[in-house]
Amino acid sequence: MISQIFILSSKGDHLIYKDCILTTGLLVALFCLCLYLLILLQSHKGLHFIHVRQGGLYWVASTKTNPSPFTIIEFLNRLAALTKDYCGSLSEKSVRMNFALIYELLDEMVDFGYIQTTSTDILKNFIQTEAVSSKPFSLFDLSNVGLFGAETQQSKVAPSVAASRPIMSSRGEQNEIFVDVIERLSVVIGSKGVLMKADIQGEIRIKCFLPTCSEMRIGLNEELSIGKSQLKGYSSAVRVDECRFHQAVKLDEFDTFRILKVCPSQGEQTVMQYQLCDELPCAPPFQLFPSVEKDYVNRVLIFLKLRCDLPPKSTALNVSITVPVPKGSTSMSQELSSPDQTAELQPKNKALLWEIPRFPGGAQLSALFKVDVPGLSSASLLEVGPVSMSFELPKQTCTGLQIRFLRLSPTQTGLSQRWVRYVTHSDSYTIRI
Amino acid sequence: MPYLGSEEVVKELRRALSNPNVQADRLRYKNYITKVIRYMTQGLDVSALFMDMVKASATVDIVQKKLVYLYMCTYASDKPDLALLAINTLRKDCADPNPMVRGLALRNMCNFRMPGMTEYIEQPIVAGLRDKASYVRRVAVLGCAKMHSLQPNTEIDGTIVNELYALLRDPDPVVVVNCLRALEEILKDEGGVVINKPIAHHLLNRMKDLDSWAQSEVLTFLLRYRPRSDDELFDILSLLDAFLLSSHAHVAVATLRLFLHLASAHPTVQADALLRTSAPLLATCGAASRELRFAGLCHVQQVMRSQPGLFGTHYKRFFCGYSEPSYIKFRKMEILVELVNDENVSLVLEELRSYCTDVSPELAQAAIAAIGRIARTYSEKCLDILTGLLGLKQDHITSAVIQTFRDLVWFCPQSTAAVCQTVGACVDSPQDSEGKQALLWLLGEHGDQISSAPYVMEGYIDGLKTELSSAVKMELLTAAVKMFLCRPAETQDMLGRPLHYCIEEESDVCVRDRALLYYRLLQRGVEETRKVVTGPKSDPSMSVLTGRQEEPISEWASTFNTLGPLAGCDLCPQTDATSAADQPSCRAENELLPDVTLSSPDDTEEEISLSLGPPLSHETFEKMWLDLETLHRQTLGFPRPRAAPDTLQAALQLVKIQTLAFTPGDTVPWKAYIYTRSTETLILAELLQGDQQAPGSDESLVVSVKQQPVNQHAIRGFVSVLKSVLWPIKSKN
Repeated sequence: MISQIFILSSKGDHLIYKDCILTTGLLVALFCLCLYLLILLQSHKGLHFIHVRQGGLYWVASTKTNPSPFTIIEFLNRLAALTKDYCGSLSEKSVRMNFALIYELLDEMVDFGYIQTTSTDILKNFIQTEAVSSKPFSLFDLSNVGLFGAETQQSKVAPSVAASRPIMSSRGEQNEIFVDVIERLSVVIGSKGVLMKADIQGEIRIKCFLPTCSEMRIGLNEELSIGKSQLKGYSSAVRVDECRFHQAVKLDEFDTFRILKVCPSQGEQTVMQYQLCDELPCAPPFQLFPSVEKDYVNRVLIFLKLRCDLPPKSTALNVSITVPVPKGSTSMSQELSSPDQTAELQPKNKALLWEIPRFPGGAQLSALFKVDVPGLSSASLLEVGPVSMSFELPKQTCTGLQIRFLRLSPTQTGLSQRWVRYVTHSDSYTIRI
Repeated sequence: MPYLGSEEVVKELRRALSNPNVQADRLRYKNYITKVIRYMTQGLDVSALFMDMVKASATVDIVQKKLVYLYMCTYASDKPDLALLAINTLRKDCADPNPMVRGLALRNMCNFRMPGMTEYIEQPIVAGLRDKASYVRRVAVLGCAKMHSLQPNTEIDGTIVNELYALLRDPDPVVVVNCLRALEEILKDEGGVVINKPIAHHLLNRMKDLDSWAQSEVLTFLLRYRPRSDDELFDILSLLDAFLLSSHAHVAVATLRLFLHLASAHPTVQADALLRTSAPLLATCGAASRELRFAGLCHVQQVMRSQPGLFGTHYKRFFCGYSEPSYIKFRKMEILVELVNDENVSLVLEELRSYCTDVSPELAQAAIAAIGRIARTYSEKCLDILTGLLGLKQDHITSAVIQTFRDLVWFCPQSTAAVCQTVGACVDSPQDSEGKQALLWLLGEHGDQISSAPYVMEGYIDGLKTELSSAVKMELLTAAVKMFLCRPAETQDMLGRPLHYCIEEESDVCVRDRALLYYRLLQRGVEETRKVVTGPKSDPSMSVLTGRQEEPISEWASTFNTLGPLAGCDLCPQTDATSAADQPSCRAENELLPDVTLSSPDDTEEEISLSLGPPLSHETFEKMWLDLETLHRQTLGFPRPRAAPDTLQAALQLVKIQTLAFTPGDTVPWKAYIYTRSTETLILAELLQGDQQAPGSDESLVVSVKQQPVNQHAIRGFVSVLKSVLWPIKSKN
């Protein structure tokens, strides 16, 4: 049972506050909370605070009983997701602008501290306030901004802001449905280039703007195999270790044809989650060939050669490489291969950061960093530790999972736009030196 | 918090709200109401506007209604007289043809927190319970609970309770769950809602219609139900089987908890359920939401307490991602330490090694400590890594490594030689007081094996005047005395200086007293000092206690899927007792004074010294037991420890209690005979559980004490010592 729910800005201002049961001493508790928010669970005077951080905001619930933490955390996540659905995007500004709407949502979702419903299908009957969009949807955005910021030559590209508008908005009413295949990749590569650990967490997420939607059929790769025991065919089969589905998904055609049948409700929902461990079907997207040497008395030479093993047509975006440097590094000079790359030394984090906005598949980039470290000893070289990378790979899934088709049932009236998007994010990509 | 000019703001808002021009323009009027709510959220006191807001509630615009109701609920308790004005409007709305308006009005009316509200809301609630629209019924059901919470001490209204029980059969699933919740609130004093067989089966059959939140809540309610027969039990379990793999983590975990609870008599079913849920649990450990990940990890840790091998093959899933917050990394490291086995040890160590150079010193230290834990089993590999880390010459790393060495030597004496060699070769010394203490302890305890020890110690003695921490000073005194005992020739000159300084110039009483104690001891002669100061150099029997053993699932099943695992020790007091044993500093303290009587003439019962003395033969014990009267009998309040016999024995030995005999295995009644000596008295005791004749021994351990000669004070002390040692082993297993 939840006693209070509040949404705090990153600075600790309370944007939304709902007291479900009469509780006194709120402000005292609130101030304590602001101080200690770094820890997930806080207890104060018999009130337990649980928070979730989403979109730069703190979503906090307090309770006097001892409930399931999973329920509370998932509820707060769901609240954040619903807020995002209704307000378009998640930020301090959008929450401030739509606070009446959020109160209305909360009022319907929670009564006397008990969760009533979080389904958009039910909520949409009760929610009357119209969202104030912080970025009005404009047709001008359509042409120049591509998917996830990519500039692509294709004529039909979903505008990047299209999916971040309020679902109930009456403006720019377009019958659209987005199906995203999102994978998170976490990889550890050993010092000799050996793949130590590879782990892919993927999900198929639907964002639906259709006011009413009958059944939709999503066809996945026919050769998709699930589990370790199944034999691989001749072709490069797509394999996942295990998968789980949203409870509304009908799976009667999944075993034979790999078709998911679902009636999406408005807003965002995850229809399928899957994971793959240890065996990547393709090479890891990046290989690093580092060399670290002591140059002069007080200088370390770090030479990095980075190869992108993606197919030549695809590109990695926003690649950033973090290399730990010895403590006490004062300055750095670098030689980079192209002007759009940047590199800087961050003495606070004892690291140097090399950023590459675009990295085409098959390419190889190298960089030379000369780091000045006063009082350098041979032991300092050992501090040049594991390199970590972050990037995103648009139009790319590491498991090879594809959506063959997306069919709305024939009864659907009116024109509807269907978009399929793929993206792989690096959850954690570490290369040991 | 009051803002500057808040009065001005309120005045201005009132002017605007009462302006007829504004009232005529619906949009402007609504904007002002929105403004009022905005100020309210920011913490400004706008209760002065109550009158104007009540007027605004009479509208057909639902959005405006909702906003005004929100306002009224917040301030109704401050302005009860004005709130009464609003009630008429609300009651009228309760009869509105639109169910949404009815529900809204009823819900908000129930949220008014002011005395005397009950008489106004009772009739609408009762009407609401029979409403056609499920939306109104949902609200009305919870309204009953709200009504009860307004007057918590009044008698429970039987008709409402019966009506709520009847509504458990409502076609709307949310109404069903709300009924459970409301009954739980109303009947709180009587132990909550009763789940009997028809209700339980009804709920189980409705499970599929419920949404995930309701499912997990119903699963929690079902924990109260005890199936009559095994057939019924397995029917229930097979009904719930599909929910174990629910894509909602909270449903899967709640189902698992119910499984563990229901199948407590069937360990294989429990193990099977754990195995099947391991996939969803692991998935939460890799969830996109960090908070969910953390909760997942905490519960994985709990499961590992009884099934350490369950996640063994998935150890790579617990490698830390570089962008993860440190609270997740700490948990993952703890899990990794538990998962180490012969196959993966080198990979895990390599991974942990890479965390040791992390930017965050806390994380680096935790990683080093984790390697130290693994070193208790795989000492060679770990020592190599730890020695390599010393080469980094980073203060925080050196300090953490030295502390790890100290703990390692204590638990794992076979690594002493290697550690001493490394410490002797280590050139730079830790700068923080924790590290200094650890190094000094090592020097004092194993000075004979570290060739450079006196010189390092001399450095510390020279720096004594500038040392700030009194703990370091005390450790230095102890180490100097110990070193003097093993290497007198080299240390004799320097021992005098710290003693003199601490006695003459030190301002901290503790340090001065410690110095005086050593000074007087040394006056009694070297042999006397040696007897007091030196103790065991390591205590492998401690590792029997700290080494993880498989616990029965019932130990933790009751806190599974609650906040307990997340909070660590805060919410579950059982773990408090164990933590003391892990503190190296208390260990050093105990070991320092093994046989010295801690008791002063008028001490409390906790402080009593026990000693082993000459062993007692079985015959003597039996004879004395039969001769003596029982002086004291006490129910300890917890069941007997289900630990291995040697663990129990070792634990009792630690507190100088000798075990004579005990019943093997799980035989009932279970008995154990123990004895110990205290100041000039012999204490004999019997631990008993499950005897029909002894009252209260079914659930809990009963201790009977006999003594010769009689000393009540010693008995009290003995019982408290016994409790303090049995309690932690009991909760560990």
